[in-house]
Amino acid sequence: MRGYVIKRVAQAIGVLWAAYTVSFLVLDFLPGDPVSAMAGAGADTGQVDPAQLAALRHQYGFDKPILVQYADYLGKAVRGDFGDAVSTGRPVTSTLADALPQTLQLTGAALLLAVLLGGGLAVLATYTSQRWLRQLLLSLPPLGVSVPTFWTGLLLVETFSFRLHWFPAFGNDGIRGLVLPAVTLAIPTGAQVAQVLAKSLLTALDQAYVETARAKGAGRWRVHLRHALRNASLPALTVVGLLVGQLIAGSVVVETVFSRDGLGRVTAAAVTAQDIPLVQGVVVFGALIFVVTNLVVDLVYPLLDPRIVVASGRKAGLA
Amino acid sequence: MTAHPDIRPTRWAALAALLTTSVLLTACGSGAGGSDGGSGRAASGGTLTFAVGSDAGCVDPQQVGSNDTIYSVRQVVDSLTDQDPKTGKIVPWLAKSWEVSSDATTFTFHLRSGVTFSDGSELTARVVKDNFDAVPKLGALGTLAEGYLSGVKSTTVVDPLTVKVTFQQPNAQFLQATSTHSLGIESSASAKRTPQQKCSQGVVGSGPFTLKSYVQNQTITLARRTGYDWGSSLWSKKGEAYLDKLVFKVVPEAGVRAGSLQSGQVNAISSVGKANEAALKGGQVTLARRANPGAVFNLALNNSRPVLKDVKVRQAIQYAVNRQEIADAVFPTGTRPATSILARTTPDYENLGTDLAFDAVKAKSLLDAAGWKTGSDGIREKDGTKLSLTVKWFANSATNQPALELIQQQLKAVGIDIVLKELQISQIASVQQSGDFDGLWGNLTRADPDILRTLYSTKLANAYRLPTSPLDTALTRQAATTDTAKRKELAGQAQHLIVRNAYVIPVVELQTQLGVSKKVHNLDFDASSRIQLHDTWVG
Repeated sequence: MRGYVIKRVAQAIGVLWAAYTVSFLVLDFLPGDPVSAMAGAGADTGQVDPAQLAALRHQYGFDKPILVQYADYLGKAVRGDFGDAVSTGRPVTSTLADALPQTLQLTGAALLLAVLLGGGLAVLATYTSQRWLRQLLLSLPPLGVSVPTFWTGLLLVETFSFRLHWFPAFGNDGIRGLVLPAVTLAIPTGAQVAQVLAKSLLTALDQAYVETARAKGAGRWRVHLRHALRNASLPALTVVGLLVGQLIAGSVVVETVFSRDGLGRVTAAAVTAQDIPLVQGVVVFGALIFVVTNLVVDLVYPLLDPRIVVASGRKAGLA
Repeated sequence: MTAHPDIRPTRWAALAALLTTSVLLTACGSGAGGSDGGSGRAASGGTLTFAVGSDAGCVDPQQVGSNDTIYSVRQVVDSLTDQDPKTGKIVPWLAKSWEVSSDATTFTFHLRSGVTFSDGSELTARVVKDNFDAVPKLGALGTLAEGYLSGVKSTTVVDPLTVKVTFQQPNAQFLQATSTHSLGIESSASAKRTPQQKCSQGVVGSGPFTLKSYVQNQTITLARRTGYDWGSSLWSKKGEAYLDKLVFKVVPEAGVRAGSLQSGQVNAISSVGKANEAALKGGQVTLARRANPGAVFNLALNNSRPVLKDVKVRQAIQYAVNRQEIADAVFPTGTRPATSILARTTPDYENLGTDLAFDAVKAKSLLDAAGWKTGSDGIREKDGTKLSLTVKWFANSATNQPALELIQQQLKAVGIDIVLKELQISQIASVQQSGDFDGLWGNLTRADPDILRTLYSTKLANAYRLPTSPLDTALTRQAATTDTAKRKELAGQAQHLIVRNAYVIPVVELQTQLGVSKKVHNLDFDASSRIQLHDTWVG
């Protein structure tokens, strides 16, 4: 088990470094730079003195050779210092720390809804003996996956905020403000959970052990939930690990539509401003969340299915 | 000389508009009464919630150039002077009077006494000096403010309430500049902070409101300054502002802003584009409109290109553009076609509408006369070269692309091929510097004709590579005269020369359009088409 974890952590560090480096290169290849983005902001086609831009570039160290900049940034990043955001002058780490709780609330609520709704739908669709109901339920997930998030978001705002006045249209105020964005984000996520879980439930229900359970006199619900679901949930769990990444990406759109503060908004603003330190911080942070989630998912597998051996050591597999 | 990042193009804007329109029209169809929801009598108190589209990431008036942020931070600082939006005249505010030397190099301001900043410190000549000494150091972080003070020799304290600003060369625009938010006066302690500190923590001003809190990308909250008693001479209410509190919410989606206003979740919104107008019609909302002063949206030509050195070609482009069609199809209702290089709200604007009339026949004959013959594909050519121009533009306004696509069609009709190329706004400096364009699309807001010198004098940056000409003389002389009649005449000359020579092609005026609930009264535009909220009340 220990060897396995060490190997996975080493892999994770590799992923983080790759994400850091690739995003740095992409930002460098983009035309323009954070300093001219800052000077040009708002002054649509005004004239900016090139000498002043050069002075500002020097002040921020953007005039150094790209490899030196990369080494500087990386050296500090390793020590947890991502520098200050160019566009605001605030430290990147505190900018992210401020935004994180909002996004965690949003993605957490969305994930919970997604698993409950998506899981519930899959179980119901596979349990029902009504052919038409099963067809209907199974046709919902493809719809949920294909409808664009911003469209669902705007539709929900129109209906439940502008017309019915049940929820606010923007902002981070409490649970009421969380409902619409969380539902918006949960729809495509829940749909994917439902698709995968329904498929694997149907497969599991064809397995011999299900026959055995039935022969032993287990009730339909018991067979469905206790025997089939437990085995069928493994692929769904893998998907959930991947979905965490999608949720974070989805928060860019959802937080913009609902004017919510959070990592998504920070990301959108940072990319627009070509704010290299801030974008780098977001990328590393996002990669970190993704890596950790997937590590956790991998470690949970054996708890669900004792046949899965995660470790290099034989003993650990039985743990 | 700022701009309007206003109507940022978003992928969702069109869809949002569609949804808002369809749903709200049915939802609010019965609510339209056009009645003034208010009691009709001005009353103190209350909160104004204003949804803006963006956050500049900075709450220092001396540094921000984006309308959405100027709306709020403007209320925190007072300026030495104010500018009458109706006449363009400069009137007293923190300075009760002033003298300008006849060569427009020395400006002496006599300050009002008894003015205090919200940190308790008093307004003195020293404070003004601290501000004007700090502004040039902002450099590229505060291009507007820094530009107004460029060429400053010294700011000296004559006596506790008299301050003298001296420039190396004549600088008539400076008087108007003292009325802008960019040269709003901050307390000494505030002026001495670093630009980054001022951005994130805000500034201490003497304005009718103080900054209570700033949550990036989210909210800017202002509270009424108690004891405020030194308002601009233009304001109708004496003493403190009416409103207790101003809350500026950042709502990036245009459709969500419109719906929030219509459903009463906010009292006013910024940047109402054409797409959202229908949704707001007929409800408890008025649309407030004013053309931005300064250089109108124009196609600035690169006058050093061989093809564009021929005045006939430039004039042909000028005649081939159907401005009315563009204003009607793309821009918010009420937007006017350009009738000069300056918008009609700019002081010393001169109506040259007849020179800018659409005349495709004339455009074609000018091109014929210049030797450009129509080729087999409809595009003109001369000596084997196609008449094809690359126009670069920035995605800083949602109207840019549709306006340019229409111009592209209009020019094609007379045999000119236009290739459109979109750039990031961060590339603006390098494009202007390198001259790597045939045409560049843009506008520049400034309520003073000196904007023409900034843009077109060959003695300054000269991004559009104009040749030296009598235009230079007119521009230099208008900057050196304090005689208003004389300055008007010279500014008029400059506009004539620019339009007749078609160095740049004026197209349409930029119009600021706000959506305001009928409960809100006296939400007025200032001379730069931004807002003052001292006189505003809710009822």
